[in-house]
Amino acid sequence: MHSVLLVAAAFLASLVEMVEALTIVLAVGVTRGWRSAAWGVAAALAGLTAIVAALGPAIARLPIDSLRVVVGGILLIFGLQWLRKAILRAGGLKALHDEDAIYEAEIAELRADNRRGISDWYSFTVAFKGVFLEGLEVAFIIVTFGGAQKNVGLATIGAAAALIVVLIAGAIAHAPLSRVPENTLKFGVGVMLTSFGVFWSAEGAGVAWPGNDASLLGVIAFVVLLSFALVAMLQRNTATSKAAVA
Amino acid sequence: MNVITRFARFWYDFIVGDDWTIAVAVIALVAVTAPIAHTGRLAWPIIPAGVAAILFASVVRVRRAHERATAAEARASDREREAGA
Repeated sequence: MHSVLLVAAAFLASLVEMVEALTIVLAVGVTRGWRSAAWGVAAALAGLTAIVAALGPAIARLPIDSLRVVVGGILLIFGLQWLRKAILRAGGLKALHDEDAIYEAEIAELRADNRRGISDWYSFTVAFKGVFLEGLEVAFIIVTFGGAQKNVGLATIGAAAALIVVLIAGAIAHAPLSRVPENTLKFGVGVMLTSFGVFWSAEGAGVAWPGNDASLLGVIAFVVLLSFALVAMLQRNTATSKAAVA
Repeated sequence: MNVITRFARFWYDFIVGDDWTIAVAVIALVAVTAPIAHTGRLAWPIIPAGVAAILFASVVRVRRAHERATAAEARASDREREAGA
């Protein structure tokens, strides 16, 4: 019975972390292209493998809060810039089509510039950080859960099952996400990056979230409401300005 | 553009971006939150509230700059009309 509970606990805890990583990789992959995001994932997995191989059970002593605060802080700054642009576009203060054209031109230029390597460092870095941090947390889960029950192998089975579920979910979610209009998707990515940034930077700073990981949903809802309120404010102002000019 | 310049530019764009005040405000926000959280006081609302204030201030700055530019354009076109008449 203890073995079943250990596998289930490792599965569920790992699943939460892996879904967080998957969300970030899907967000950057769908909006900015898959190649550099895939390089970021590969680099993060290589780094994780090296760390796990080198440290083994001592991995539980790594300063995860310091990593969270740095990764979360950078993600929050990056996410806020992305969200700010999305709000300005939706509020009518930034041209939708021009932005798309510039974005496409930049991507085309980067692709032409370096066809085999990493063409988009944004995608690479965001995917790398997301997978590296969450992967490290999964390694912690395996070591701590497995260590507590003196059976790291069973905890690894639970985490491996979670990885299979997440990979299947990613393969299923990828196609419908690709059909969402680009500006809507960019808005969604801004919301997700900002929410993860808020959550991780606060955790790294020592904040105890009410409801632990479940509060991430509350953070996402808060960022969505805040963004819609700012878009509504801008749209009202734009309408008032147009009426005044007319 | 060589690799080092591109790498440096990437990090500047990534960390600082269009509005440098966002990066500075986020760093200040985390720096303020950490000591409060470590005293055991209620700290979780600080970062969400701070993020709302940062985003609001940044968006309002752009809106005001846009309004000033629109007003300047309107004044210039009025002057052109008056000069023509």
